Amino acid sequence: MKRLLALALLAFALTLSVNAFAIDPLPFQNTAQRDRFQHLTRELRCMVCQDESLLASNADFAKQLRRQIFDMMQQGKSDREIKDWLVARYSTFILYDPPLAPATLALWFGTPAIALAGVIVVIVLLRRRTRPASTIAEEPGDDW
Amino acid sequence: MNEVARRPGGRFVPLAIFAALVVFFVIGLVWNQTHDARFVPSPLIDKPAPAFRLPRLENPTQFVTKADMLGKPYLINVFASWCFACGDEHPVLMAYRDKFGIPLIGYDYKDAPQDARAWLQRHGDPYHEVITDQSGDTAINFGVYGAPETYLIDAKGIIRYKHIGPLTPEVIAKDLEPKIHALAQEGT
Repeated sequence: MKRLLALALLAFALTLSVNAFAIDPLPFQNTAQRDRFQHLTRELRCMVCQDESLLASNADFAKQLRRQIFDMMQQGKSDREIKDWLVARYSTFILYDPPLAPATLALWFGTPAIALAGVIVVIVLLRRRTRPASTIAEEPGDDW
Repeated sequence: MNEVARRPGGRFVPLAIFAALVVFFVIGLVWNQTHDARFVPSPLIDKPAPAFRLPRLENPTQFVTKADMLGKPYLINVFASWCFACGDEHPVLMAYRDKFGIPLIGYDYKDAPQDARAWLQRHGDPYHEVITDQSGDTAINFGVYGAPETYLIDAKGIIRYKHIGPLTPEVIAKDLEPKIHALAQEGT
């Protein structure tokens, strides 16, 4: 019961942190535009406080860029155009979702490659182990 | 016959895996020690500096534009009176302002002009000219995200070098001065 309560509290705290974004009084035309703004700025990095998104950060820098992004949305710019505008000034580092490029190949495929290598190692070890089944069964324990 | 006897050396496999992990951790540690994640290379290097039109600190009714500055290389140093690291950098600028051989333009970033004036009066003014960007909107076009930052702009208005963080004698000797000399060699 106690554990369940703790879990519930943790889940509650997590939802709080997800919703905790800095609030600017930006005059959105409708909720759809506001949702689009929040979705876009959540994918962008605050360059000053690098582990926060532009949406979540309270830094002056983030406030200013939120304002700029808001203005560009009012001018009818697409998400793609806004991102390109930011990348031209702050490099792809500002994107939390890095583009697929030669410099990011290791980032995109490194982890799956290592995981795949691990799976292969496990399969090979298991096969070796099951072949002499009769001898394994007699062993008192496994040494690793 | 047990497994270890069947494959001599087999018991060292975990040790080898552990050693490989240690190597990765050490590489990660060394990388973190030698690379500062705050300093992101600017995509604007070798691209034209953004157009700007900013008031002078000493006389806000007069403006300095990018076009005014064309024809000779110059340095832009982004600073602010509220910027702590700028205070660290300041003595270095005072010492080097006449050694650069090109104008050093102060770019007062998101600062109240009276605060900037008081700051320069108190510490000394290393700049040949100071322009002010109170809103910080022009600074976004330069990709400024923290002061101090220093830009080397050539006679054609191209950004040739950018340093994020305080200039130090080491950085100046190793990076900035060679770039300035290279510009002089080009004759631009």
